[in-house]
Amino acid sequence: MDAAAAIEVRNLTIGYGTEVVLEDLDFEVRQGEIFCIMGGSGCGKSTLLKHLIGLYAPLKGDIRLSGRSIVSADAAQRREIMRNFGVTYQGGALFSWMSVADNIAMPLREYTALGNREIAGVVRRKLELVDLADCGDRMPSELSGGMRKRAAVARAMALDPELLFFDEPSAGLDPITSAELDRLILSLREKYGATIVVVTHELDSVFTIADRVVMLDKATRSIAAVGDPRKLRTDCGVAWVRDFLNRDGMRREGVGVNE
Amino acid sequence: MAVKADNSGWRSWRRRLAEAVAGPMIFTGAVAAEVPSLFRRRGLRRREIFYYLDLCGVRSLPIVIMISLLMGLVVGYQAAVQMRKVGTEIFIVDLVGFSVLKEFGPLMVAVIATGRAGSAFAAEIGSMRADEQISALETLGIVPESYLVLPKLIAMLIAMPVLAVFADAAGIAGGMAVGVFELGLPFSACWGRLLEVLDCTTLLLGILKCVPFAVLITFAGCYCGFSTSGDALGVGRGATRAVVMSVFLVVVADAVITILYSFIGY
Repeated sequence: MDAAAAIEVRNLTIGYGTEVVLEDLDFEVRQGEIFCIMGGSGCGKSTLLKHLIGLYAPLKGDIRLSGRSIVSADAAQRREIMRNFGVTYQGGALFSWMSVADNIAMPLREYTALGNREIAGVVRRKLELVDLADCGDRMPSELSGGMRKRAAVARAMALDPELLFFDEPSAGLDPITSAELDRLILSLREKYGATIVVVTHELDSVFTIADRVVMLDKATRSIAAVGDPRKLRTDCGVAWVRDFLNRDGMRREGVGVNE
Repeated sequence: MAVKADNSGWRSWRRRLAEAVAGPMIFTGAVAAEVPSLFRRRGLRRREIFYYLDLCGVRSLPIVIMISLLMGLVVGYQAAVQMRKVGTEIFIVDLVGFSVLKEFGPLMVAVIATGRAGSAFAAEIGSMRADEQISALETLGIVPESYLVLPKLIAMLIAMPVLAVFADAAGIAGGMAVGVFELGLPFSACWGRLLEVLDCTTLLLGILKCVPFAVLITFAGCYCGFSTSGDALGVGRGATRAVVMSVFLVVVADAVITILYSFIGY
């Protein structure tokens, strides 16, 4: 086993019931890197993510997070593994019945022996981290889409996990807010050395943040390519991957990629 | 889940039956397994329990009183018509008193709780599912079944018996109003008769029915919430299903309890 791998995916086949979405996936995410899961709509990016974070059980194969299999773990072990990573969902998935501060405090109240004052301190620091210092008392419904996602990042960071997952962080955000979120992701790695896995199809975002990407192919239900997106853009043997990364055939006026 | 449906008659019917039976059982098991967590530090989440006490208890009180009063009036009127024929008007107190304490009080509370709380639970959990809050709970290492169900269950177990006391009082007041104003019985005679025939056991056994009702309504509401398809349509359908399931279960439970009570001569 590679000691430096934060996530190891071996021989993984995923799907629903008897319907296979992706098969025989093999890849690993290295410690401290920002890794993007990419592919066209409906290729199973989000499904793969949900398997990585243990929400769905795979049809076959194994997923190891820091060397521990989340597939063969029993329910209690799986919950224990889950506490070691943070997830930011597409819409934020903040608990709607709690204030933003309580959302962040919730995992701390559940899993730490911290007193109320210490918890308030941690919450304040996490909110400052995502630039929402004044929004602790607001309810999730009172936040904009981008703020909601940042608050969700703060919640995911509450227990200082070494591994973070983002499901489509830029979905539904304007380019500026989306770029801010990219900067936030980069700063999380810089400050905490976190390993970050991002599901996305935003090329601007990928070229800004990703060290490596995995490209999923809907047609063959497998991996088309794994590697540095900047290299894949020119050197990849699969034509559609090059097209995808260069946005060929869908380039619009004035939306150049990383120019 | 995009499970390929095998709609070939018998097999699909058998599988659907198995799912319909196994689903609620697995759900109940998941919640029951987490009951010990209530005794952990911070296991009893008071704030949420108070929120649901407010929703299911305090806010339901006016409508519970209103409906029970009307129910008492209706039963009283029906009784009055029959009693007048044989000149036994005073027995209207017995009839209304017993039927309210034994049946209508707890049942009206259950109906209101189903409409207010059961459907709200289903819609709330269903929409949480739709925007991934349930997944978020899971990946925080929390068992969503228990985290979301137990505070509601505790609140319902407290609120429903208390509501039943109010419902009983209002129902009897309605029946007495018919006796006094429609039949012209003196209030003191009605009151005296009431104290004579009704006892604490009757009241308590009636209120005790609220315990299984609370469990059934909470479980039906939450289960329907968890098993929704996770879109706007599914949330609505889940709420409807919760109401139908709750009312059905409450009536079945009421029948079973009534038979059980008959064994102890109640």
